[in-house]
Amino acid sequence: MSEGIEAVVMPKWGLAMQEGMLAAWLVEEGETVARGQEIAEIETSKIANVFESPAAGVLRRRVAREGETLPVGALLAVLAPASVHEEAIDRFVAEFEARFAEALAARKAEAAPEPATLEAGGRRIRYLEVGEGEGPPVLFLHGFGGDLTSWSLNQEALAGERRTLALDLPGHGGSDKRIARGDLEELAEAVAAFLDTLGLSRVHLVGHSLGGAVALRLALDRPGRVASLTLVAPAGFGEEIADAYLEGFLRERRARKLRPVLEMLVRDPTMIGREMVEEVLRYKRLDGVPEALAKIRESCFGGGRQRILLRDRLAELPMPVQVLWGREDRILPARQAEGLPEGVAVTILEECGHLAHMEKAEACNAALRRFLAGG
Amino acid sequence: MPKKSFRQAVNEALRQEMERDPTVVVMGEDVAGGMGAPGEQDAWGGPLGVTKGLMPQFGRERVLDTPISESAFIGAAVGAAATGLRPVAELMFVDFMGVCFDQIFNQAAKFRYMFGGKATTPVVIRTMYGAGFRAASQHSQCLYNIFTHIPGLKVAIPSNAYEAKGLLIQAIRDDDPVMFFEHKAMYDEEAEVPDEPYAIPFGEANLVREGEDVTIVALGRMVNVARDAADRLEGEGISCTVVDLRTTSPLDRETVLETAAETGRVVVVDEAHPRCSVATDIAALIAQEAFESLEAPVRMVTAPHAPVPFSPALEDLYIPSADRIAEAVREVHGHGRR
Repeated sequence: MSEGIEAVVMPKWGLAMQEGMLAAWLVEEGETVARGQEIAEIETSKIANVFESPAAGVLRRRVAREGETLPVGALLAVLAPASVHEEAIDRFVAEFEARFAEALAARKAEAAPEPATLEAGGRRIRYLEVGEGEGPPVLFLHGFGGDLTSWSLNQEALAGERRTLALDLPGHGGSDKRIARGDLEELAEAVAAFLDTLGLSRVHLVGHSLGGAVALRLALDRPGRVASLTLVAPAGFGEEIADAYLEGFLRERRARKLRPVLEMLVRDPTMIGREMVEEVLRYKRLDGVPEALAKIRESCFGGGRQRILLRDRLAELPMPVQVLWGREDRILPARQAEGLPEGVAVTILEECGHLAHMEKAEACNAALRRFLAGG
Repeated sequence: MPKKSFRQAVNEALRQEMERDPTVVVMGEDVAGGMGAPGEQDAWGGPLGVTKGLMPQFGRERVLDTPISESAFIGAAVGAAATGLRPVAELMFVDFMGVCFDQIFNQAAKFRYMFGGKATTPVVIRTMYGAGFRAASQHSQCLYNIFTHIPGLKVAIPSNAYEAKGLLIQAIRDDDPVMFFEHKAMYDEEAEVPDEPYAIPFGEANLVREGEDVTIVALGRMVNVARDAADRLEGEGISCTVVDLRTTSPLDRETVLETAAETGRVVVVDEAHPRCSVATDIAALIAQEAFESLEAPVRMVTAPHAPVPFSPALEDLYIPSADRIAEAVREVHGHGRR
């Protein structure tokens, strides 16, 4: 009856995604689409992105309306050969929706993992823990102005095999906003205190941007605690930094003004969704955040250049180190990954900006898996 | 992020500001209940439970039940503000505000000006407004326009729980008198509200959604009704920008004019009466400053120029609905098109 009819459903992009908004259709009903063809734009609370058709066929029915917000797994469209009758498609849609309503009710029972908080080194630190497994856990450290949800596309991908944790650095997310000096040492000490509090003797560190420099600082200071180091577009590799980004991030209080600043983070500006802009604005309104960010900026990037150059010390590190960088990074130029010591594995991701772990999540996850497997 | 009701959000803003700043005090009729009498204290926590728990935490020195004399306690709050406290006075219903106009219009609003900038009056007056509560015509009005008219007063009208917490914290930290409007039918409505304190600056409207065809300017509870209408219209192929004014004084003229010019078609939604209102003010601003970009006359969707009816059926008809907003949007959207 439903011979050759295929459902196209709302994708799940990362741990936190519960629903998505179909921002725009890119194909008309009746068009033949190829597998992997971009057929719609979808916005989530974190990013907006194009959605690629999971299969080939004729797009017979657009079920979701533009502007409609639907849960993950909800029917967006129907693919079927041109020979299939309209009635059969009507029936397929009706049956799918009935089944989905039941499945959704069942899913409501199992909630998404929630972040927890703990006291470490006199500070409140928020973190999210997912997965379990053998070997040292993976700890993710986000960049300037980010938080643990930056890793939502990566943490889940690794959580199938091992214990993973992502935390909010001091001054960020749901962690304490009090910052004393805002230098790398202070941030790295906070991470070390977090490890001590949880009794984690050794972790694989994954750090992005500022978080990359924090990870590197920690690895230099306490090499025994760090099993491996993955640095995604890390700070600390050269003087150059897009000061206009830092300046705009701190200054802009309105969505329309902040959006172009955040767009500098990515290659494709449509990835910056409405919700992401809103979340950054909400974060910046929290008491203590502007002061904390200003201190970190001054200590790490004061005067419009990086003051935390650590690349010359990479050779001292006893653990495996890999570096991932987007070729079109407009915040920290990818050429800072050139000329690193032998033994540091460098991957340059094409068509990719500063948020490599979000823009090229699958490539980064694959690189991480390989690296952690010791390959 | 935790979901909290509008009531919890207001309570949390008060509590966190009282914890942060010992000069913040709360006063009003039954804000705790039972003061000066034997028996149960803080039984009510305010007429709708908004201030519950403050008195046990901060004591009677800082949470004061007042006599049922608005002119007296609003005057006391204004005076206390002038002498260095940051009082948050609750005047149950804005409908009763008439008995203390002098304290507000002539004293609080004028001190800074009359004393050559040497005095500040950091008082917040919280009050309930709006219809839909079956409370009849003397307990259901939306009189924010009257206060918006007075130079020296600031007027905040939050549209949900997140906005309520941030705008109230800003109001308390502000050195000028702020009239803070809470819609009585919204106290149970929930939104994601951070546990930490945060302030939303005054005079910065919020774009609740952005579209290309029609701009809807709204305030307070009407922002949500306008958003419902816009969601519905999206399915008809009409995309709307929805502007939440947040504060009517200061007014974010820039955002109003910019979004009006972008679509050239504007609907203003206001739960208040249609004459001399925030709606007429916005319509006049656009007519005067953005006339050249208009493609259609500005339409207002408001309550009628009539008291709020006690009959539930009539009251429901009285309040601007998503249907009426959608109808007005369709009309301005179709204007001048074939």
